[in-house]
Amino acid sequence: MIANIGFGLLVITLVTSLIAVITAVYGVTSKTRAMLETSRLAALSTFPLLSMSVAALLALLLSGKFEYVYVYQTTSLSMPVYLKIAALWGGQQGSLLFWCWLLSGFTFIVLIRKWKQDHDLLPWVIVVTNITLFFFMVLVLFFENPFLKYYILYNGEVITSLFQPFHAITAHPTDGSGLNPLLRHFGMVVHPPMLYLGFVGFIIPFAYAIAALIEGRTDDRWLKATRRWSLMAWLFLSLGLILGSRWAYDVLGWGGYWSWDPVEISAFMPWLTGTAYLHSMVMQDKRGLFKHWNVALIILTFCLVIFGTFLTRSGLFSSVHAFSESQIGPAFFIFIAVMFVASLGLLLYRWSSLSSNYQIKSFFSRESAFLYNNLLFLAIFAICLLGVIFPILSELFTGQQVTVGPQFYESAAGPLFALLLLLMGIVPLTAWSTSSARNLGKTVWKPALLSLVFPILAVVLSAKNWIAVIAIWLAALVICVTLYDYIRSIRLRAANHHEPLWKAFLTLTTRNRRRYGGYIIHLGVALMGMGIIGIEFFQTQTQAMLKQGESLDLSGYTITYRDLQITDTPDGRNVAKAEISISRDNQELKVVYPRIDYYYDSEQAVTIPGLRTTLADDLYIILVDWEPVTSEGATIKVFRNPLMNWFWIGSIVAVIGTLLALWPSTIRKSIAKEEA
Amino acid sequence: MKIKNKTLLLVAVAILFSCFATPVRAQEITPTVSDDEVNRVAQQLYCPVCENTPLDVCPTKACAQWRELIREKIALGWSDQQIKRYFAEQYGGQVLAVPPLQGLNWIVYVLPPLVVIGGIYLAITIVKRSRKSVIPEETDLVPSPPPASETVMEQIEKDLQKEERS
Repeated sequence: MIANIGFGLLVITLVTSLIAVITAVYGVTSKTRAMLETSRLAALSTFPLLSMSVAALLALLLSGKFEYVYVYQTTSLSMPVYLKIAALWGGQQGSLLFWCWLLSGFTFIVLIRKWKQDHDLLPWVIVVTNITLFFFMVLVLFFENPFLKYYILYNGEVITSLFQPFHAITAHPTDGSGLNPLLRHFGMVVHPPMLYLGFVGFIIPFAYAIAALIEGRTDDRWLKATRRWSLMAWLFLSLGLILGSRWAYDVLGWGGYWSWDPVEISAFMPWLTGTAYLHSMVMQDKRGLFKHWNVALIILTFCLVIFGTFLTRSGLFSSVHAFSESQIGPAFFIFIAVMFVASLGLLLYRWSSLSSNYQIKSFFSRESAFLYNNLLFLAIFAICLLGVIFPILSELFTGQQVTVGPQFYESAAGPLFALLLLLMGIVPLTAWSTSSARNLGKTVWKPALLSLVFPILAVVLSAKNWIAVIAIWLAALVICVTLYDYIRSIRLRAANHHEPLWKAFLTLTTRNRRRYGGYIIHLGVALMGMGIIGIEFFQTQTQAMLKQGESLDLSGYTITYRDLQITDTPDGRNVAKAEISISRDNQELKVVYPRIDYYYDSEQAVTIPGLRTTLADDLYIILVDWEPVTSEGATIKVFRNPLMNWFWIGSIVAVIGTLLALWPSTIRKSIAKEEA
Repeated sequence: MKIKNKTLLLVAVAILFSCFATPVRAQEITPTVSDDEVNRVAQQLYCPVCENTPLDVCPTKACAQWRELIREKIALGWSDQQIKRYFAEQYGGQVLAVPPLQGLNWIVYVLPPLVVIGGIYLAITIVKRSRKSVIPEETDLVPSPPPASETVMEQIEKDLQKEERS
């Protein structure tokens, strides 16, 4: 019954989204107010409809109705409640429904908040969001339905169907196969919703941009209306990527956090174009520049969002993320192509009216720096796209399967990331409009000199790789310049307004949140850069088979294998847990317990590392194998990841910076209050 | 019948020998090649079965066997290149972490530098074109004064005022 209601609501949502599109187009073209109101109500109603459908699926998941295919495939009796909730997005069908629900929710918020304010643009926003919703609803209903049920035919064959076939009875499995063990981790519980919030969030600025193009509103109203949306989408996408990295670090046992897997890259590509868009948005906002560029970037980001979902869902690339394959690939491909061509066509149609009067006057001005920043992001994106699609092209045209691994991305995109750090380092001190290399040098030399302390320290601490030393200097440059400019502004504010430093700091930060939020984000990124440099250039590793009491040495640490215990747990796991002691200079630092969890229900093993983490380095220890009979010997692999913790600290700092930039301005609020 | 018996006998002898031969060979090879040496080569290869998983970290039994194969090859004196070539011939080009320099694979090596060159060209063109269309007096490249502390503060105040207005 619950499933029937859930399915029925999906059908109604599909029809409603179509009605919203048709009435919006008709309402605008015929200038019929009633039609526009119908469109608004139809678009608004998709959210409660889908909310009820999601609730129906959740009810099935929580109550263990294993006769439903999705419930059987993603849950089991032994799973805790929070994982049963996470199963909503843990499988193909549920995650697509979740995607639709988020999109309808975001559209709902926009329509509730902005209908009066943006009444000329919003009908077209409804068209764009509801065309997208309609497409995804078609996928959910006709290709990936989460409400399918198991039936047993008269000949004993088990089939899946939405409706009960003639002479068939419902199958009642006593337990489900459970969620993929790799996904039973907090990072993975939170990672997909964050990623989807980011993905779907970028659809709103895209819809506004298209609405502005259709309406011929080529000023920056669409951009200003969606500034916060874009930043919020970027924040969620960043959080999704960071949490995914943490999940990989904790669960996959690679010794790292990023493996340049095609599906990882498919989420990284919209982040790259989205970040470029956030920067060029500033240029249009402050100087009226990059109008074409901004529209092109948001179109590209939208297409990459759909492309990212396509890559994960279509089964085109098999990886740990692409947890199942389906028949929806061609439909996705056609949708992306149609949306891309239509959006690009609109952009070309409005090309001339998007031109700007403002000019870039110098190679060293801040405007130029933003241009270089955008080009660098796009170049990295192009390299990522090449790496992702090349294996497909190779198989298509030559029949040969190839792998494009981390080495390609690191060598091709690495220098560009270094240039991005350089730009981040100097941009806060560049002047708007006219500037020269000499002027830039005059302002940058002090913090640049200070930043040299870091690479010198690295060399003193025996860093021999000159590329790593340069990379450290670049990250340090960002930190020094950002702090230098921040501190200088605080001191000046304190001097000019006769305020104590702390008050000057608070006033500056709270009154210009976008600027200083950006600074804090840059600081966070530089710290993350330190972590990346540490693991990329200075990671060491060793592996050996040890008997009880035996040790191995790595970079000054002594790792001793003490014991191994193998137990069965009540939640259906066989756990092999090693006891490993970490010591240095004959002093024990920590005992860690790396383990391998074997899940009986899915017949899958998960490697959980033992971790000792400090600000200087991480010791990441994996139990690779053990002597099956005596358990006296075990193969242990140890990674030393220098500076790794700074990657996570940096990501938290960047998130704080983004939240600061997102926070509504109190000044504007008080003005609005006064006006009211 | 006799021939059949002889064949069976030969097969049985061969199996018997192979049973003895395998552990002896393993015993000879295992102590001489460390896990680190094996992993050095294995991390340059990808698991032929599980997609996008480097061979040194792949947890499957099949990959453990392939790592043992690498150990044997190293013990026999094979170079890294020879081992990689052997794996590529046996299991296909997808086991290599980067595509070999042949045929269509050149694109992977040529396109990234071209993208960078194209980006530099684009940046120069955009700025130059933009500068050309500026009124001559304004294009005078007399350096503007450095953003001294006062001008920074002015800029901040301007930004704040703009923020208040918007």
